[in-house]
Amino acid sequence: MESKQAVQIAEAKAVPLKRKRASGSSDTLLIFLLPAAILVVWQLITGLKLIPSYQLPSPLDVVGTLFQFLLDGSLLSNLSVTTGRVFCGILAGTTAALLLGSAVGVYRKAEKTFDPVIQALKSIPGLAWVPLFILWMGIGELSKVTLIATGVFFPVYLNIVSGILNVDRKLIEVGKIYQFSRMKMVKKIIFPATLPFFFTGLRSGVGIGWMFVVASELMGASQGLGYLLVIGQNSSSPNIIIASIVMFALMGKLSDMLIKAIEKRALKWRDDSAIGG
Amino acid sequence: MLQARNVSRIFENGTGLADASFDIKKGEIIGIIGKSGCGKSTLLRCIAGLDTEFEGELLIEDQPIRGPHPQIGVVFQEPRLMPWLTVLENVAFGLTGKETENLELARTYLRHVGLAHAENLYVRQLSGGMAQRVAIARALAAQPGLLLMDEPFSALDAFTKMQLQDLVLEIWERQPLTVVMVTHDIDEALYLCDRIVLLSGKPGSVDTIFEVDVERPRGRSNIALTKKKAEILNKLQLEKVIVDPAV
Repeated sequence: MESKQAVQIAEAKAVPLKRKRASGSSDTLLIFLLPAAILVVWQLITGLKLIPSYQLPSPLDVVGTLFQFLLDGSLLSNLSVTTGRVFCGILAGTTAALLLGSAVGVYRKAEKTFDPVIQALKSIPGLAWVPLFILWMGIGELSKVTLIATGVFFPVYLNIVSGILNVDRKLIEVGKIYQFSRMKMVKKIIFPATLPFFFTGLRSGVGIGWMFVVASELMGASQGLGYLLVIGQNSSSPNIIIASIVMFALMGKLSDMLIKAIEKRALKWRDDSAIGG
Repeated sequence: MLQARNVSRIFENGTGLADASFDIKKGEIIGIIGKSGCGKSTLLRCIAGLDTEFEGELLIEDQPIRGPHPQIGVVFQEPRLMPWLTVLENVAFGLTGKETENLELARTYLRHVGLAHAENLYVRQLSGGMAQRVAIARALAAQPGLLLMDEPFSALDAFTKMQLQDLVLEIWERQPLTVVMVTHDIDEALYLCDRIVLLSGKPGSVDTIFEVDVERPRGRSNIALTKKKAEILNKLQLEKVIVDPAV
């Protein structure tokens, strides 16, 4: 009787394991199923000329366009200009968010002074700044980077502030027991405890950065992936537009992966697989 | 070591501590017991310097306590370790010396709590008992004369609890240390303590101080301890009979 029960329990434990393993491989299949289907249907529709190519080019056309841009060097130059803008915007926005966020999180007076204003500005849709920034700074690099920085600032700032306000009081008390100064408290407890929040903010900030660079390049640029979008529209070349969109998607994914990798290193204490020895 | 003179800290909801006075001698292990809401933890927080809004006077080695004091170490109910630090770095957390010396000291105390092999683990990889050992090592590494423990083993299973009680005794025998432990486990108090302070009432005040003059090592089912337990239970029971009609 007892041993029968034991067998049943062993089986009960084995079943979910099996199921998990099976779902793992079919999940990978599922991930590629839809994109592959879309590509096939897309190629079929365009191959059979159901939609004229001046409206929707075939996937192979798009790849061809990308390849041609790669060969004549325009892909790399436009890509680097856009990436540079995004990078500068992220750098500026994140720096501002770090400075203001830390001040607001740590000093009550700074919170009272800045936070209400920032909370109010937060509700302005980022793109509403576009005309003002162009008026103030023209359509040069400065207005573009400023727009991106504005977009990046808010998620990073909000996450840092809520991270600092969420630091476990119980850990702060440990610092008090050791008579930490305010600086030491920030360095040894508040900063590391807030780091996960900072990365969450940074990741959504980077996403917004790529969104805003498109807006800033659409409003007037002579170089960049957004400029390619405009060219494609003006010359009725959807292949250029889609090629540019593909590059945006790739770059967005790449930058997110990069930050994820940095995050994983910086927060390796949260990682299940980090086994010390 | 520690004197409390008419210490009161009463909260708005009527809980807290009223007019507590007692002396703790160097090297003693003192237990503080009582029902919830009778101010056990409040008393400990006042001694630790985390709550400075009390009335009366608390003296550590004749100096008044006005905030956290380097002579006082604290082990909380939860381990309260920094999850981003390894076990070793956690033990060295509050130390003020040079980095290498701190780590050396931390290693020593990790050995004392039996976790020398775990120094590179992160907090999330520890069991509850291991984490609390690390917390004890962290408190000891700062070399306090007085160690405060606030229900330190209440979240642990019975076996781990007994192991850690023995660990506390081991450490106490190894180095000069005075211990004040808040607990609601009467057996734990009887097994460890020289004296047990029973707080009662709401807000709580010192009801009775029991002397436990049984030689260590004590058996957990020692007859003298069992008698003492009956005495304490009796006292707790009486209080209940008096309180109930009023409610």
